[in-house]
Amino acid sequence: MSDCRRQWNREDELPVYLAGPITTGPNQRKSFGMFSSVEGAFDSKTIDFDNYAVGRKGSRTPRSGSRERLLDTGDPVGKTPSEPREGSLTNSPGDREDARTGVEVRFSTEKESPDGKNERLLIKGGRVVNDDQSFYADVYIEDGLIKQVGENLVVPGGVKVIEANGRMVIPGGIDVNTCLMKPFLGTQPVDDFLQGTKAAIAGGTTMIIDHVTPQPEDSLLEAFERWQEAADKRACCDYSLHVDIPQWNESVKYELELLVQEKGVNSFQVYMAYKDVYQMTDSQLYEAFSFLKQLGAVVLVHAENGDLIAQEQRKILGMGITGPEGHPLSRPEELEAEAVFRAITLGNRVNCPVYITKVMSKSAADTITQARRKGSVVFGEPITASLATDGSHYWSKNWAKAAAYVTSPPLSPDPTTPDHLHTLLACGDLQVVGSSHCAYSTSQKAVGKDDFTLIPEGTNGVEERMGFVWDKAVAMGKMDENQFVAVTSTNAAKIFNLYPRKGRIAVGSDADIVIWDPDSVKTITAKLQQSASEYNIFEGLECRGAPAMVLSQGRVVYEDGNLQTQQGTGRFIPRKPFPDYAYQRVKFRNQVKNKQGVTRGIYDGPVYDVIPTPKYITPAPSAKTSPTSHQPPPIRNLHQSNFSLSGAQIDDNVPRRSGHRIVAPPGGRSNITSLG
Amino acid sequence: MSYQGKKNIPKITSDRLLIKGGRIVNDDQSFHADIYMEDGLIKQIGDNLIVPGGVKTIEANGKMVIPGGIDIHTHFQMPYRGTTTVDDFNQGSKAALAGGTTMIVDHVIPEPGTSLMEAYDQWRQWADEKTCCDYSLHVDITHWNDSVKQEVDNLIKEKGVNSFHVYMAYKDYYQMSNSELYEVFTFLAERGGIAQVHAENGEIIAEEQARMLQMGITGPEGHVLSRPEELEAEAVFRAITIASQTNCPLYVTRVMSKSAADIISQARKKGNVVFGEPITASLGTDGTHYWSKNWAKAASFVTSPPLSPDPTTPDYLNTLLSSGDLSVTGSAHCTFSVAQKAIGKDDFTQIPEGVNGVEERMALIWDKAVTTGKMDENMFVAVTSTNAAKILNLYPRKGRIAVGSDADLVIWDTDSIRTITAKTHNSAAEYNVFEGMELRGAPLVVICQGKIVLEDGNLHATSGVGRFIPCSPFPDFAYKRVKARKQLAVLRAVPRGMYDGPVSEFSMSRGGTPSASARTSPTKQPVRNLHQSGFSLAGPPTPDDVPIRPAGRRIVVPPGGRSNITSLS
Repeated sequence: MSDCRRQWNREDELPVYLAGPITTGPNQRKSFGMFSSVEGAFDSKTIDFDNYAVGRKGSRTPRSGSRERLLDTGDPVGKTPSEPREGSLTNSPGDREDARTGVEVRFSTEKESPDGKNERLLIKGGRVVNDDQSFYADVYIEDGLIKQVGENLVVPGGVKVIEANGRMVIPGGIDVNTCLMKPFLGTQPVDDFLQGTKAAIAGGTTMIIDHVTPQPEDSLLEAFERWQEAADKRACCDYSLHVDIPQWNESVKYELELLVQEKGVNSFQVYMAYKDVYQMTDSQLYEAFSFLKQLGAVVLVHAENGDLIAQEQRKILGMGITGPEGHPLSRPEELEAEAVFRAITLGNRVNCPVYITKVMSKSAADTITQARRKGSVVFGEPITASLATDGSHYWSKNWAKAAAYVTSPPLSPDPTTPDHLHTLLACGDLQVVGSSHCAYSTSQKAVGKDDFTLIPEGTNGVEERMGFVWDKAVAMGKMDENQFVAVTSTNAAKIFNLYPRKGRIAVGSDADIVIWDPDSVKTITAKLQQSASEYNIFEGLECRGAPAMVLSQGRVVYEDGNLQTQQGTGRFIPRKPFPDYAYQRVKFRNQVKNKQGVTRGIYDGPVYDVIPTPKYITPAPSAKTSPTSHQPPPIRNLHQSNFSLSGAQIDDNVPRRSGHRIVAPPGGRSNITSLG
Repeated sequence: MSYQGKKNIPKITSDRLLIKGGRIVNDDQSFHADIYMEDGLIKQIGDNLIVPGGVKTIEANGKMVIPGGIDIHTHFQMPYRGTTTVDDFNQGSKAALAGGTTMIVDHVIPEPGTSLMEAYDQWRQWADEKTCCDYSLHVDITHWNDSVKQEVDNLIKEKGVNSFHVYMAYKDYYQMSNSELYEVFTFLAERGGIAQVHAENGEIIAEEQARMLQMGITGPEGHVLSRPEELEAEAVFRAITIASQTNCPLYVTRVMSKSAADIISQARKKGNVVFGEPITASLGTDGTHYWSKNWAKAASFVTSPPLSPDPTTPDYLNTLLSSGDLSVTGSAHCTFSVAQKAIGKDDFTQIPEGVNGVEERMALIWDKAVTTGKMDENMFVAVTSTNAAKILNLYPRKGRIAVGSDADLVIWDTDSIRTITAKTHNSAAEYNVFEGMELRGAPLVVICQGKIVLEDGNLHATSGVGRFIPCSPFPDFAYKRVKARKQLAVLRAVPRGMYDGPVSEFSMSRGGTPSASARTSPTKQPVRNLHQSGFSLAGPPTPDDVPIRPAGRRIVVPPGGRSNITSLS
């Protein structure tokens, strides 16, 4: 052990900047087989790790690839993704060994507290990837914060050192959409905050933002506190909360204000679907948007046309279709696109940022893209499910499987959807990736076995989220690693005002860090997942890219397939209103968009007498709602007082267009207007 | 055909007419031929026609002879808060004839809560008394319930109405919810009607209006500020979505803005059956006049959706009209006197809405689209008459010059130049929104029902000769595609074994289930009954060995060991 430590140290003394940029050529290093006898079990974490072989030019350091697992007190044979390949490795260990590096943990001086409670950590030799740039640097962590980033850091003794060996060191993922406590007919999802956050961490996500889903009539505050209490007890990683607004009235307003100003919530979800339950009318949405904008909150919208869905559901049930295929049939993607369009229109009118949760279809995504081209402040969030799979499974003969895919808006049956969404994600038209993780067991789903409208909605995805974005976007060449960081964490942090505390590796940020292994290949299966649900909708899909090590709050919580989480360690992260990323433009537009009335002379011509008894109500839409009939408009008051008309007439003689002629009508009413 | 027998054969000398030497322009081709008309019908077309003696002959001298225009959208004699629009059916149809339009389609607007049938009869009575040209009627559906449904059914089957107009604006008054729209569209699709929509988001408008008034904006500019074109585009998008869900042909009345037109053209590219109708005002002028210092002038432009303040809009709409993305043109002619408009002098929401345009329609399109080279003369015929006739299922009786068609013809003078002014127009309104505009192109001779009504600038219209033209349902132009799609789009359930695994207990308290239609959907469905009765699963369940997607096919036996979760697989 001491031998190898020396060996490592010597190599580390070579400055990192001597290393060339990431090479794609063959590995220059040769293996001495140093550790091959120590721990063979973890050899095959990756096969070809040439790509990120970085630093230590000319170093002849042995890379056995095995890792010392000083922290790991448990049985190392766990859910290692590479298990299946072990056999082949043992046949030719030498060939493989030189081709890979690993993530190593060790202590620079003496071994201490192997339980993971070490407060000081140094990640050496990693390539720090932020959303804007990648660079080689060491990261020193103390008390859960990043204290230093750079080379040749001066760190105190006794620091636990993690050898990144040139791997990517990225900010921990932020999953902006989870529902770990969303009640459905009295039952809770099988993944609660403990199970859910464990799954999150196993997938490289170190922060979740969960949806508080109060029922109509419930108090938002109470619901929020309930959620917070549950999460404080159970969550293993930092979390924050969105609050869903199930209905709109005066008391809700008061609670929203409290939530924003005192509770650290800056995002609220409204529903355009779920008729007669959560759905809001356009007027209510307008009011909600206006109010939330004043508070500086981000409006999340579940965008589907609930009225039409209700109609379609009735129609589909009437046709005798009761299985899960009725779910996508009654919620065609058009309805999603329509609602997205409407939400954006509302957002534009109110001049309020709009965040579309769960972008599931091409047309919805295209609608967002177009709106952004026109300058609307709108954000789109595809979820793991829409990025990795499609809705063809709703037609599976296996009811339980088909039901597992039920979520709203539904997965699009168009198999090209995931690809399209990834493209938009890569080019920045969609900004963040959530998972909308809401896992129900099959028996819970079976509540709707005879009626698809009763199937609890929700899919898994918190664990697979980062992996699939890497696999489908980065590994395919659509996206670079910086954009990967942006969509998995940075943008989310910016939108929800957590930046740069979260979503960036920088001095002062929280030490939520993932060492990412871009080459790990694993096959998703419900057997090996952290989630408690029986079905995994990504079952059997191969996914390249996985976290090699996850740090949350400065502690190693996941390493090579082993979770070392502690429930209740997750902190609630309060968020301030008016996130710059969403509101800066809005503020400026507010200043610019000042509308002014035209100053005219008072119309003194004949006025047709309207029958006082409004047998015919005016077609003016707001006749009932507008305050006009009650308060005299200010301009008129000006006229009624001593405002003089004499000055205003001069410029009136300048015609605006050729059509400006003032007509003296045949009836001879030449005094129709006082002006012009 | 129920031709209103009483006034069917007015004794007029020019019963037989021959147009010699004209160039006949239909929507598909132009050719030189003579036209012989008798009894209000076109009897012969061709060269060297053999006609009886004593026929009045019109020398066209190579000028264009086109089918008379069909103005598919007018509001003559529309009641509004106890008053009516200044142009009644007589005045309005005279203006129409003067502009080369020989048929109008007026909107019947029943007050919410009143009978559609009564309103229809009322409009028929007014129109039969006064119109000078043939007419037909749209009926507006201002509220929706089962009795309205019945009336709509009757109107389609017995009264010759095939198009119904619904409103997405005018909150708390005409406006319909999405669910109602869905039901209306579904019903119309069954009966072969055309769903027309006034597309604007009424709820947001109401909020915006309240905001404008609060800001102290009470003049006509508040009208356009509170109805930005986005709201029109949004509603158009929504209407198209609903129509496509219900597989119902959609007709968007009054396309006033670029973005609304764009949405329609996108939807058409995707294959939706949707027609867009720009109106004379949106093709000819723009919304900058709302800011005019002259209140009366500004107010005369007030219509809904408003004219777009973007001055490039008319040009853009003409382009889309030329490319066929917009299908027909109306005028939405609905004129109020200044005194009537002045009801809203202190509150723009009270200004009666409507602009003129029935007289200017044809000339304006000729000037803006044909003389600028955007469209050819055949397209001009298509958008001014043929398409409208097709949508109303009147083709080829109207909208075409062919043997057997009605003798509604216009000899079009492509070179005449006129300046539009309220002084000389045939409408009774004091203001003309096209005031001062120079238009090239005008009708030289207008023949309506085989009689010359406009010649040498003199109008010889006779009040009350106009016949009601019944429109039959299921016009091919709109419904052929719809019918074919209906046959294709049959949804089928997946035959599965019954799920026999454990079912989680759920509280029936319905603490607000997220299931959208839990309250509205009939949860007892036929299929379940089938299972419960003697329906057999056809022996052993078919193994699910044909993977839909090979990669994700594995069936999981979950850790808990519940291997009997499904009966299949």
